[in-house]
Amino acid sequence: MFKTMPVSAMIGLFGVCFYVFLAVFAPLIAPYGETEVVGGVWLTPTAQFWLGTDNLGRDLLSRLIYGARTTLFIAAVSTVVAFIIGILLGFLAAVMRGWVDQVLSRLNDLLMSIPTLIFALVVLSVLPSELYILILVMAVLEATRVYRVSRAVAADIAVMDYVEAAKLRGEGWGWIISREILPNAASPLLAEFGLRFAFAVLFLSALSFLGLGIQPPAADWGGMVKDNKDGIVFGIGAALFPGAAIATLAISVNLVVDWLLNRTSSLKGGRGDG
Amino acid sequence: MASLLSVRDLKIEATAYPPGEPPKDITIVDGISFDVEKGKVLGLIGESGAGKSTIGLSALAYGRGGVRITGGEVRLNGEDLLKKGPRGIRQVRGAKVCYVAQSAAAAFNPAHKLGRQIVESAVSHGIMSKREAEDRARYLFKVLGLPDPDRFGQRYPHQVSGGQLQRAMTAMALCSNPELIVFDEPTTALDVTTQIDVLAAIKAAIEETGTAALYITHDLAVVAQISDHIMVLRHGKMVEYGPVEQIIEAPEEEYTRALVNVRRERKEEARDQEGAVLKIENVDAGYGEGAQVLFDVSMHLPRGQTLAVVGESGSGKSTTARVVTGLLPAKAGRVLFKGEALPAALKDRSRDQLRQIQMIYQIADTAMNPRHTVREIIGRPLTFYFGLRGRKKTDRIKQLLEQIEMGAGFIDRYPAELSGGQKQRVAIARALAAEPEVILCDEPTSALDPLVADGILNLLTRLQAETQVSYLFITHDIATVRAIADSIAVMHRGRVVRFGPKSQVLAPPFDDYTDLLLKSVPEMQVGWLENVLKTRRMESAGH
Repeated sequence: MFKTMPVSAMIGLFGVCFYVFLAVFAPLIAPYGETEVVGGVWLTPTAQFWLGTDNLGRDLLSRLIYGARTTLFIAAVSTVVAFIIGILLGFLAAVMRGWVDQVLSRLNDLLMSIPTLIFALVVLSVLPSELYILILVMAVLEATRVYRVSRAVAADIAVMDYVEAAKLRGEGWGWIISREILPNAASPLLAEFGLRFAFAVLFLSALSFLGLGIQPPAADWGGMVKDNKDGIVFGIGAALFPGAAIATLAISVNLVVDWLLNRTSSLKGGRGDG
Repeated sequence: MASLLSVRDLKIEATAYPPGEPPKDITIVDGISFDVEKGKVLGLIGESGAGKSTIGLSALAYGRGGVRITGGEVRLNGEDLLKKGPRGIRQVRGAKVCYVAQSAAAAFNPAHKLGRQIVESAVSHGIMSKREAEDRARYLFKVLGLPDPDRFGQRYPHQVSGGQLQRAMTAMALCSNPELIVFDEPTTALDVTTQIDVLAAIKAAIEETGTAALYITHDLAVVAQISDHIMVLRHGKMVEYGPVEQIIEAPEEEYTRALVNVRRERKEEARDQEGAVLKIENVDAGYGEGAQVLFDVSMHLPRGQTLAVVGESGSGKSTTARVVTGLLPAKAGRVLFKGEALPAALKDRSRDQLRQIQMIYQIADTAMNPRHTVREIIGRPLTFYFGLRGRKKTDRIKQLLEQIEMGAGFIDRYPAELSGGQKQRVAIARALAAEPEVILCDEPTSALDPLVADGILNLLTRLQAETQVSYLFITHDIATVRAIADSIAVMHRGRVVRFGPKSQVLAPPFDDYTDLLLKSVPEMQVGWLENVLKTRRMESAGH
């Protein structure tokens, strides 16, 4: 599997692994504490502070490493939850058809018709700023997209003769969804997962930038851009480092996803369309 | 005289990309040589993967989908097409050599009128003016027996029937007055009753215009009607090549003999056809609010016997099966199983009622989940209906695999790792695993090559003798019906026009539709088409 991997996917995979490594071992790697004030405000990079310090005099590198932790964790959990909700409802709609499909799909349309960012802003400013609420709001909004994709994929599979054969055997919805449809829908959904994860990172960063995501003093990349954005006016590049981290993670994930998409769509015996 | 098309030592290769392995070159066609004289027809015949279409397209110096012509020569009027540049080849294609595809519906552009598409290549090659081309098209419509030749070109592709569209495509190929036409299975997708008209039209047009042709098909009976010579192909190599009379009447090779003799065996029909395990009584059914598809359909199937349901596409035979399974609840009438009425809808039936009626599909590829192994496919009904697990289940799966003549070695394979015939066998094993009384077979052999299909039919017949299972066998192929049926129901436009024991249904006096159906089935003899057309003409003259 890895022998035939193109260079672009290798780079992507390396990038993803790198950030995951940072996130997992943050306390061991980071030279200073997450909220520890260690020097002056907006110091330029030196041997002591590799990336300089932020608007409160905290070490930027340490906060970037801890930030990877929060950003990756929240993005991953919200994407997983989004997929559980989206796939379950999407498959159900595709298999049951009729009014179940109508109700679910129209509700989904309703939710999608409101711009996600504005919707999230309204909901998050009303609800208490708890971590689980942030994750749930992100997950529900992402789930609308996942629902669309999984319903479309499952609708294609649900008309296959083997699904009809399962119905004729008397199988219940649970078996049809989990054993007949899911294995055949797995590869396009896996690729979608990678894509959605990248979007979740961006979405979280946007929310944090607007002050509704991760609450200070906890570090997260979007929030760090916000904290340091005023420095740019004075020629201080501190905001660029977390920005670059967001960009490289998004690109890395997309490189891996591209490769997965190519691989799964050209694989023989995949979804029978090769 | 030098022949029109002369192919020598043709070699065609392609690159395969097996997953997880380095790409490798495979030879599709190897060492094929033949000649086509002016005005003659050469039939290319073989099962799928024999390379017949690939050879046909090489006459246009074309390789489909990454296929490369790597050796030999293709001479048209003495000129080697393979040595011509792209510009030279373009002048040949559509002007001197034309192509008629299998699916005319997919080959016509639905957004343009037929007439415009038919004259297009003749005009763009500068062979004739638009007016001349349109005149010729009208003349060809007449030769091909199309209705209202003067205005036929004004129609869109969706406004004419499948058989007419196939003839329109022949007109398109003939329009630029080519020297050679390649017919790639032009009648395979058509019903028998339509096929005979198209065959007659093609034959008449070829004779009228003096064009030579390559005729590709997998049906030896069809090619016998239209060709002067036949080449039998297998795995990209030539098996036998000779005049049509010799191939049909005195084949030399073992493989050709098998093709000629395919489905000659006939089962004796069961004497006692009273009593029924499955009985369909006065069923009306339809989809949605509007169209009713079945009208007052009644038939019955005695235990351990085979009831064949025949008819062309759209006659309601598959719909009848859907009513029996409960997928499409009947609007009126009822389905009796062992004398008891089955609930109309699938969801109201008990698990045991579901177990008693199993189904085999036409396309085994889509009938089995590609992500399940043979073990899971056959094993699921065992667990689901009988609660078998572990060792007992594995033993039973192996036993079933033996029964379908495949052996336990296949147990952990995925469907993609099986051949077409093996897939259908696994599908049969899955149906058998439920130990049903009735198996509904929805054209289980029509997607298979004749020899493989024969094997499946023999297997079904043997299993019936062993287990006393009954088959409701849906097919459009009369030869299959003759081979396996005890009783026959002929369907036409949603009604049963004829029902009874095989010997009665297939014996005169016939009703009009059954007569037409039986006479349309090509027989493996030279001159059959002429005879049928002659009797038809005499009949119509007599009226």
